[in-house]
Amino acid sequence: MSILDEIKDRLKDKILDWHEHAARRIYITINPRDIQEVASTLFKDLALRFTIATGQDTPGGLEILYHFSFDKTGQIISVRVLIEDKKKPQIHSITPLFPAAEWIEREIWEMLGINFLGHPNLKRLLLAEEWPEGKYPLRKS
Amino acid sequence: MSHKVVIPIGPYHPLQEEPELFRLYVEGEKVVDIDIVIGYMHRGIEELSEHKHFDQVAFLVERICGICSTSHPFAYVNAMEDLAKIQVPERALYIRTIIAEMERIHSHLLWLGLAGHFIGYNTVWMWAWKYREPVLDMFEMISGNRNHYAMMKVGGVRRDIKDQDIPVLKKAIDELVPAVDMFRGAVMDDPVIKARLKGIGILTKQQAIDWCVVGPTARASGINIDVRRDDPYGVYDRVTWNVILEKDGDIFAKTKVRILELYESVSIIRQCLDKMPKGEIDANIKDIPPGEGIGRVEAPRGECFHYVRSDGTNRPVRHKIRAPSFMNVASNKVAAVGGTISDAAITLAAVDPCYCCTERLIVLDKDSYRKLMNGWDLIKLSQAKTEELKKSISSRQSQI
Repeated sequence: MSILDEIKDRLKDKILDWHEHAARRIYITINPRDIQEVASTLFKDLALRFTIATGQDTPGGLEILYHFSFDKTGQIISVRVLIEDKKKPQIHSITPLFPAAEWIEREIWEMLGINFLGHPNLKRLLLAEEWPEGKYPLRKS
Repeated sequence: MSHKVVIPIGPYHPLQEEPELFRLYVEGEKVVDIDIVIGYMHRGIEELSEHKHFDQVAFLVERICGICSTSHPFAYVNAMEDLAKIQVPERALYIRTIIAEMERIHSHLLWLGLAGHFIGYNTVWMWAWKYREPVLDMFEMISGNRNHYAMMKVGGVRRDIKDQDIPVLKKAIDELVPAVDMFRGAVMDDPVIKARLKGIGILTKQQAIDWCVVGPTARASGINIDVRRDDPYGVYDRVTWNVILEKDGDIFAKTKVRILELYESVSIIRQCLDKMPKGEIDANIKDIPPGEGIGRVEAPRGECFHYVRSDGTNRPVRHKIRAPSFMNVASNKVAAVGGTISDAAITLAAVDPCYCCTERLIVLDKDSYRKLMNGWDLIKLSQAKTEELKKSISSRQSQI
């Protein structure tokens, strides 16, 4: 069974949208509340490597793409979540699952103001201490 | 009496390209915890990129790093070509690969020199940097610049490699091989270096998986990954070469991986120069459609990752950049803890971050903040350990 079939099989109804931009670039949309379960399945059960996450401000809400790499086939599986509430955006942290996510969640938190629930060390990573609270450099508005 | 002190390493030093602060918590000689503070060099390039034309972004991201300066534009053009599904002329792909491998050679030699300096082998330092010079000269010959070659362009490369330059390039590459042989002999067969680097700063395979490290740092811990082979770009799938893999995860393994990779880079460049076809070097891309693309490059330090989203205008709406050190530096949290202070400088440098921060070390008393040692003292401490090992090894040999 190919890795894509296995992902489809394991995540089943959690997948809201499946888009293959190219053979090695796959985008999956899921509900934000499923992120811990999906990340755990991909990282722990299917042994994908967490590459990084991209946070961005879109007209429909704040979006996070969690990029996972399957190095045997060179495929990147990007898991997309859309947090519609821009006033108090929050999502469960995946840092308790694996430490590699710690820095990028801190970065998204300070750049876009998304709160990561359950993050063990949510403090500034890149911005200076004097940077004003509540100002998020990557927000478009 | 137990004496708990905090050692801040960094953040500023005139030599380093990216300042960072490692706050080491030590008990006696032993490092018990480490706090890594980054952000001193945050220039907001991701945000800046949203205000630049797609063509200008290649120049912008080239300035992220002064050492692996072609990795970022390379990953960026890969992302753009994935986004717009652009077919790049064959000759341009060969030229890109040659530039990327030359960069790996000069970057690994740079690291080797600094690693030598940290453990008190200043001859290794001087030699490594001496042999790095011809590589920079070759860059100057091809692009006019020793660093920031500005070769990458969405859809191709900006400059061709002239026919008359190819024999000169080949000669320079061939002359590197005896130098690499010498380093391999000097580093791998030297009992003192072995004793100094073996078994310290270990990153186990499981830790490497959990911290998602990349590049030589991962390969030295037995993680078999290399973007060049796994997700081929350029012409890496058209030349033969090997991924260098080690198991031990210590500094010696990381050194070995980098030295052996030099041979592979030389071989890749030779094959590319032989096989490079004639023809166009640019696909002349004018418009970028809406969409998103991901580009990856195996930079000298590991996987460099770029994500670009376009809305059909001439500027990206989002450009995410992840340099390999972002993952590798974080893993120092496990690699340096449990070791001694005399090993800290080389352990932190072993992931090949922006090394020079390790040159500015200060040991402070935790309660009074009284200065106990400065950076130079710590490098001397590291070098003194090597001296002791040298003496004990030579006295053992003389007894035999």
